[in-house]
Amino acid sequence: MADMLLSLDDLAVHFKVGNALAGGVKTLKAVDGVTLDIKPGECLGLVGESGCGKSTLALAIMGLLPPTRGTIDVGGQQIGRGTMPDRMEMARTVQMVFQDPYASLNPRQTVRRTLADPLRIHGITDKAEVEARVIDMMAKVGLRPEQADRYPHEFSGGQRQRIGIARALILKPKLVLCDEPVSALDVSIRAQIINLLLELKDELGLSYIMISHDLGVVEHVSDRVAVMYLGRIVEQGGWQEIFEDPRHPYTRALIAAIPDPFHRAAISAQAKAKGEIASALNPPPGCHFHPRCPLKADLCVAEYPPLDAVAAGHRAACHFRDRVI
Amino acid sequence: MSTPLLKVENLRIALAGGGATYNAAENVSFEIGRGEAFGLVGESGCGKSITALAVMGLLRRPLSLAGGRIVLDGQEIQDAPPAEMRRLRGKRIAMIFQEPMTALNPLSPVGRQIAEMFVLHQGMGWREAMDRAEDALRQVRVPSPERRIKDYPHQLSGGMRQRVMIAIALACGPDLLVADEPTTALDVTVQAEIIDLMAELCAAKGTAILMISHDLGLVANMCKRVAVMYAGRIVESQVSDAIFAHPTHPYTRGLVDSLPRLGERSRRGRQRLREISGVVPSIAAYPAGCRFNPRCPAVTDICRTNVPEITPLPADGLVRCHHHG
Repeated sequence: MADMLLSLDDLAVHFKVGNALAGGVKTLKAVDGVTLDIKPGECLGLVGESGCGKSTLALAIMGLLPPTRGTIDVGGQQIGRGTMPDRMEMARTVQMVFQDPYASLNPRQTVRRTLADPLRIHGITDKAEVEARVIDMMAKVGLRPEQADRYPHEFSGGQRQRIGIARALILKPKLVLCDEPVSALDVSIRAQIINLLLELKDELGLSYIMISHDLGVVEHVSDRVAVMYLGRIVEQGGWQEIFEDPRHPYTRALIAAIPDPFHRAAISAQAKAKGEIASALNPPPGCHFHPRCPLKADLCVAEYPPLDAVAAGHRAACHFRDRVI
Repeated sequence: MSTPLLKVENLRIALAGGGATYNAAENVSFEIGRGEAFGLVGESGCGKSITALAVMGLLRRPLSLAGGRIVLDGQEIQDAPPAEMRRLRGKRIAMIFQEPMTALNPLSPVGRQIAEMFVLHQGMGWREAMDRAEDALRQVRVPSPERRIKDYPHQLSGGMRQRVMIAIALACGPDLLVADEPTTALDVTVQAEIIDLMAELCAAKGTAILMISHDLGLVANMCKRVAVMYAGRIVESQVSDAIFAHPTHPYTRGLVDSLPRLGERSRRGRQRLREISGVVPSIAAYPAGCRFNPRCPAVTDICRTNVPEITPLPADGLVRCHHHG
């Protein structure tokens, strides 16, 4: 598909864990057959709990983890089993904003150096141009030019995240992976960063993958949403379909789990999931969600449900996707 | 109102550092009735966790209690000797922490850690105590408690560990449970279960809860009344429903307005989030007058010089603002 910025086709990333001498080697299927597309200028919300494979998926798209199976096509570059991409080209196509801006910035580099180094590495040697682009990028994320010579520890959490965003955008990438970009920030700062990310997306025509467990944030920023559970996408669709007409019980459980002081959500408390997430090393047979599912039937234990269409652009991997609760 | 279970009056907590002494919390006053759930909400550094530690008698250098009274069931405990506090803790007041892995003893099976409560506080023999520990695990809905009782903390998942913490905290039927961010380290679907479990067990045993969290929605859902802290002071306290419907302090209003709420986009389309400008001040640089004044949209001259007095609101509420209403 030529008009897609990113296409994942049956992507799988497996890890071998354990020791052959002690207990044997097991395969951890962190990502297990994910097919996804992202159009230019689109924001995909990626939702799931710890261990569902969302971070592994992000690293694979960044070209940092080789796929076990399937292919990634990002901005015309192919990544597959044994074909690793050109790092320089990748860096100009995909960038990442991390959860903890303090841990992901070099404490011994000033803002100027953090932003200028990538430009130099990518062949922009004219000092005046580098300086102009650094100052311009700082202005875009709401930092003042005189702050360029400061170190990360001199900034507050929100400002550090602005630096993290500036660093991700300095090479003018097309796709930005935002991995929980506001979770580590003070609550009163989050709105600033969310607004900034949305403004930059419109201004620069960016595409985002917004990885978050905060469904309020995901609903606010996403055009489409994909929900992951134990390595697979269990439901995907437009933001409105996912939040107003969720068809997978896990999606419903996630929405029901959000504290809702206004009692406005359409999802009732009965949709809450029971028990805990199974280990990805040893996922339950059939549908991985069945031990926690209120709709569980014999079929769910026997067969993994296909990710089939509910409506145009809306898919759910549930045997009972048409059952309305 | 009859005598409250816990009465905190004009609490002042001092922080010594760098040759100076700061007030990490001041003028903190609140009451919790028997069996009532009370929430204390604020961002990191606002003084909510140290308030909880003060109630537990667990303040350690560089923090110390510099003034005020803590009255538990008619008995002043702020100056109680350590031996007396040790007897109270666990028996009358118990605490759950954010990260159960660091709060549990990694070298002791969880059953033993629960049984210890019965041995220490109720003088029970170990054999009987272990039976009771098994019951306690069953009550917090840990599957197959007869086997889990022998597990070490690292063998349990995060949610299971937090259940063990709850079992320990509630073992001796305390009058007050202090829960400091009890679900922040957990996944959202697990969080929902743990909150429900805590609320249910405390309601059944008539245990009051002091819930500390940065998540206003979570607290408002669980607690009857909520107090909001900012920079070491309580700025507003109201019945939970009222705090969302009529937030009175500009900071509370900012918090309620700034977060993307589930369902908001479906109802009104995507609106730009309302930001709270600026950043949380550091303790060494608290502004004079109202501490929110540099960030406040309604600031006037008096806010910069005079600390606002407490103004009562309907239904036992209060607000600390020159321009409320």
